[in-house]
Amino acid sequence: MVQITFVEPSGNQIDIDVSDGWSLMQAAIANGVDGIVAECGGSCVCATCHVYVDPDRAGELPQPGEEELELLEEVKAERRPTSRLSCQIKATPALAGLKVAIPECQT
Amino acid sequence: MSGDAPHVVIVGAGQAGLQAAETLRSAGFDGRVTLIGDEPHPPYQRPPLSKAWLTGGIDGGQLTLRDPGALARKDITLRTGARVVALDSAARQLHLSDGTRLGYTGLVLATGATPRTLPGSIAANGAVRVLRSRDDASAIAQSLQRCRDDGLPLVVIGGGFIGLEVAASARKLGIDVTILEAAPRLLERALPAELSAWYANLHRTRGADLVLGARIARIDGAADGRATVHLADGRTLHAGLVVAGIGVTPNDALARAAGIACDNGIIVDDCGRTSAPNITAAGDCTVRRLPDGGTVRLESVQNAIEQGRAAAHALLGEARPFAATPWFWSDQYDIKLQIAGLSRGADNRAVRGDMTDTSFSIFHYRGTQLIAVDSINSARDHMLSRQLIAAGISPTHAQIADLAFNLASLRPKAM
Ligand SMILES: Cc1cc2nc3c(=O)[nH]c(=O)nc-3n(C[C@H](O)[C@H](O)[C@H](O)COP(=O)(O)OP(=O)(O)OC[C@H]3O[C@@H](n4cnc5c(N)ncnc54)[C@H](O)[C@@H]3O)c2cc1C
Ligand code: FES
Repeated sequence: MVQITFVEPSGNQIDIDVSDGWSLMQAAIANGVDGIVAECGGSCVCATCHVYVDPDRAGELPQPGEEELELLEEVKAERRPTSRLSCQIKATPALAGLKVAIPECQT
Repeated sequence: MSGDAPHVVIVGAGQAGLQAAETLRSAGFDGRVTLIGDEPHPPYQRPPLSKAWLTGGIDGGQLTLRDPGALARKDITLRTGARVVALDSAARQLHLSDGTRLGYTGLVLATGATPRTLPGSIAANGAVRVLRSRDDASAIAQSLQRCRDDGLPLVVIGGGFIGLEVAASARKLGIDVTILEAAPRLLERALPAELSAWYANLHRTRGADLVLGARIARIDGAADGRATVHLADGRTLHAGLVVAGIGVTPNDALARAAGIACDNGIIVDDCGRTSAPNITAAGDCTVRRLPDGGTVRLESVQNAIEQGRAAAHALLGEARPFAATPWFWSDQYDIKLQIAGLSRGADNRAVRGDMTDTSFSIFHYRGTQLIAVDSINSARDHMLSRQLIAAGISPTHAQIADLAFNLASLRPKAM
């Protein structure tokens, strides 16, 4: 388990214990975090699980793969250097305490 | 909603029902919300059941759409393992399988669909499995393990999306697979002939046996799940498991018995309204009446979400038509297909990229109007296509064929 902080579009913060190997998207939807739609359930084809990773720690994450980079071009909200698809980020102990913010819109 | 305290009941705790319940809350409804489902599980995702779930890529928890606690925090009462057996729309009451009754002031029907089965004259009860629920998928996953351990093949009946995804998952596990399709090509209702041929080639290249135009005479089952499939041409196939993916029937029985208009699905308008006041419907159980009098029945996550939303708003008296471009995806092996729009009625096509490759898109037109796009491993083409179709923007065939042309330059400017 690693603790991840999700910041909902309203600014509300929720700390969630995410099991190792789960994606941040899976933990967020199971816990009813607002603002993650995840239409494709993690197949990396919908771009509705967009998050902004804490800028100070973005570099600690494994780099996005080709499919994720392609889809990041198509996110609905503003794309920033810290933009990631939360279904492609797997929880590992190294991510403990990470904070991710959810944009205003996904579709 | 007269005298009674506002209480919206949603029948069916799947993708559409969950969306309706949460939309009621996010739209500010502060009456009671009850979400009733007959499965033992809280709302979960079905798409992985034929994909990652079968190959052991994920655990049960990872299928969860909402934990019961998350629903409780939104003041949504979840009742699992409860089946609605009758709807009395005059008394605004539901009859549950445990004999109790539940009153409502507004109702959403989100009952999903049931897989079709082979006629009893062909297959004895239990010889063939279908895949809809998490429990179906667990049973299939177990049988696949046994197929692998004992070196027994899988026979898939039906070359539609679910059948082909199960076939691909089994091949990934190293299991021999035969796919039997009655039609002359795979995915006949969803894809153009050239893509059907492309998928046939894909499955054959990955080692699956594919029989097109297959006629099944009889299937003999044994108690342990093994079965023998007899084809009309005299061939016999011994299988460790037979799975049929031959389409679904919408669950509209409750509505029909209550006198709500149905036609192979509960008829809804583009806001999810049924023929009965205070009753809306969403997801796989519906068929949508189009303005031109035709109907369209979609079975997709996006449709369940969009209709679930619309059905909730409609109960609150707000018309929020479902207008987004329909889309769907299917994962087989390492190939991701995405379909944008509905290609029914297309009369010409253009290909972007090279069909001998593993990344390209087929653009479907009616006249000069772009109506649908099938993308293979091209998520970007797909996302752009949805926007172009929604905005009524049609690239020319020359622009499609020219890979140097940037399709994104046609994208409608954000307002
Ligand atoms: C194996 C599989 C793979 C799929 N893959 C994809 C894919 O890749 N992409 C895609 O877009 N779509 C896919 N789909 C389709 C998608 O999952 C469905 O379109 C979606 O789940 C429909 O949601 P729904 O809420 O309408 O129905 P469901 O999710 O079926 O929910 C309906 C629920 O209502 C319950 N119910 C029915 N009657 C009653 C009653 N009388 N009382 C109480 N409860 C009742 C049912 O048991 C069920 O739990 C797939 C489906 C399956 C089965
Ligand atoms: S859930 Fe669809 S891309 Fe992440």
